[in-house]
Amino acid sequence: MRIFGLNWRIIRALLSSQYAHMLEYRAEIALWALSGVLPFIMLSLWSGSAARAELGLDGVALDRYFLSAFLVRQFSVVWVVYAFEEDALLGRLSPYLLQPLHPLWRYVAAHLGEQLTRLPFAALIAALFFLIQPQAFWVPSLGGLLLAWMATWMAFAIAFLLQSLIASLCFWSEKATALERLLFLPFLFFSGLLAPLTAFPPAVRAWVQWTPFPYLIDFPARVLSGDPVNLAGGFAAQLGWVLLLLPLVLLLWRAGVRRYSAMGA
Amino acid sequence: MSAVKGVSFSIAPGEMVGFLGANGAGKTTTLKMLCGLIHPSAGEVLVAGHRPQRRHPDFLRRITLVMGQKQQLIWDLPPMDSLRVNAAVYGIPDRVARRRINELSDLLELGEELTRPVRKLSLGQRMKAELLAALLHEPEVLFLDEPTLGLDVNAQMRVRQFLADYNRRTGATVLLTSHYMADITALCPRVMLIHQGQLFHDGALDRLASRLAPERHVRLELEQPAPAEAFAALGQLDRLENCEVNLRVDPALLTSVLAQILARFEVRDLEVNDPPIDQLIGELFRQGSL
Repeated sequence: MRIFGLNWRIIRALLSSQYAHMLEYRAEIALWALSGVLPFIMLSLWSGSAARAELGLDGVALDRYFLSAFLVRQFSVVWVVYAFEEDALLGRLSPYLLQPLHPLWRYVAAHLGEQLTRLPFAALIAALFFLIQPQAFWVPSLGGLLLAWMATWMAFAIAFLLQSLIASLCFWSEKATALERLLFLPFLFFSGLLAPLTAFPPAVRAWVQWTPFPYLIDFPARVLSGDPVNLAGGFAAQLGWVLLLLPLVLLLWRAGVRRYSAMGA
Repeated sequence: MSAVKGVSFSIAPGEMVGFLGANGAGKTTTLKMLCGLIHPSAGEVLVAGHRPQRRHPDFLRRITLVMGQKQQLIWDLPPMDSLRVNAAVYGIPDRVARRRINELSDLLELGEELTRPVRKLSLGQRMKAELLAALLHEPEVLFLDEPTLGLDVNAQMRVRQFLADYNRRTGATVLLTSHYMADITALCPRVMLIHQGQLFHDGALDRLASRLAPERHVRLELEQPAPAEAFAALGQLDRLENCEVNLRVDPALLTSVLAQILARFEVRDLEVNDPPIDQLIGELFRQGSL
């Protein structure tokens, strides 16, 4: 029996092949993990700034927030638009479209394989962080860890759907990645990667809550670091964005496939 | 602008049909419409009882498309990994998948290549592995777009032999495009020629020759040399060297022309030929026009 075109055997085959594929690129993935240290740079900036008092996070809480932001980012990085654009341009999409499995599942599996490959590198960087900042060390409770894992996975789902929406535009434009860059700037500022959302004026914060960005880093990072956070509100917003984006992606995808002319083939 | 227009044909189950045409004639567009990658703006396409553009899972399980240099195998992994994914996606039980992989790899002469990363395989080995991946689910309808493109002569022959065996064994229907006439002549009793998006010929290969070049070639070897003017009324003189004469003659006049030749000249040898089909098609591809 298949649910959304998937069964356990397909999931296992896709994940094992994509994990093996990503292991081939482990050196590159280690560098990607290293290149995600922006939250640590921001931590050092905020730590030395007089404005840190306005963040509402004391020294250790700030350390933990930015480490959590680093970890959440590591496991919610999405690159589907780049992979999809390349596949569409090189004609690799055609065989995928002719198989009884939605092609987006292959990209989901590739991302999960990449996250698994990234895991030891991210853990190593976190261990180094604790060596340098031993006072920040903490072990979340099992319940907290599960909630953080769910929030991170939901953040990944939102980011994946947002990028898939843009990737679907590849059916119309051969350079949809340029559009993705437009999204990157608001993501950088409003996700909580540069600063916790508490750093923004209340009016901006109130407005940003209606965008998907705070649920990509700020919310899951606060869940992981153990900051007081509105769990029900955060998860409801994440679920809301997934439920809003999913049909949009499927609709745009269907319309795109209708006009697909198998570029590069 | 229309890539194809008014193309109408039907293919019976089990037939192997060659699809010919110059670059840009509309072959690949037609193939993509037949397998559901392109939605036709008008008209109706029916393949294996399905409208391809709907890409119903049952339809997708019954067809396959192989496009020359385009690949579905994961570049950095051995073909076996991609085959496992395909087996799961098409719902082929492990035992059946293993048996089919063994059978197909025997036919394709693939062995340890299946466990070496795709990037380390030669073009011929890669193409054979692609064919294996495309046929693992035993499709009833095969769309093959330049399946031997870039392969050396031996690899081309092996792929050709494999396709003939597969068709015999499974009764699959095959629609094949190729720039190599040897592929077409070896595999396809029926050919369709598409030109500027329209079907120019649909029938036997030898009938195509008479449509492309309606004259017959007459080669004479005379006992005594004769002047060019002596052949003016008989046909188009292609070559005259001492006693060797090549003429192109209208098939309707062939009998009377031959009678006149035998009456007027002392003939040592005489041959009547159709122009070689691969030469005609090759010329057609080179010129890009009929």
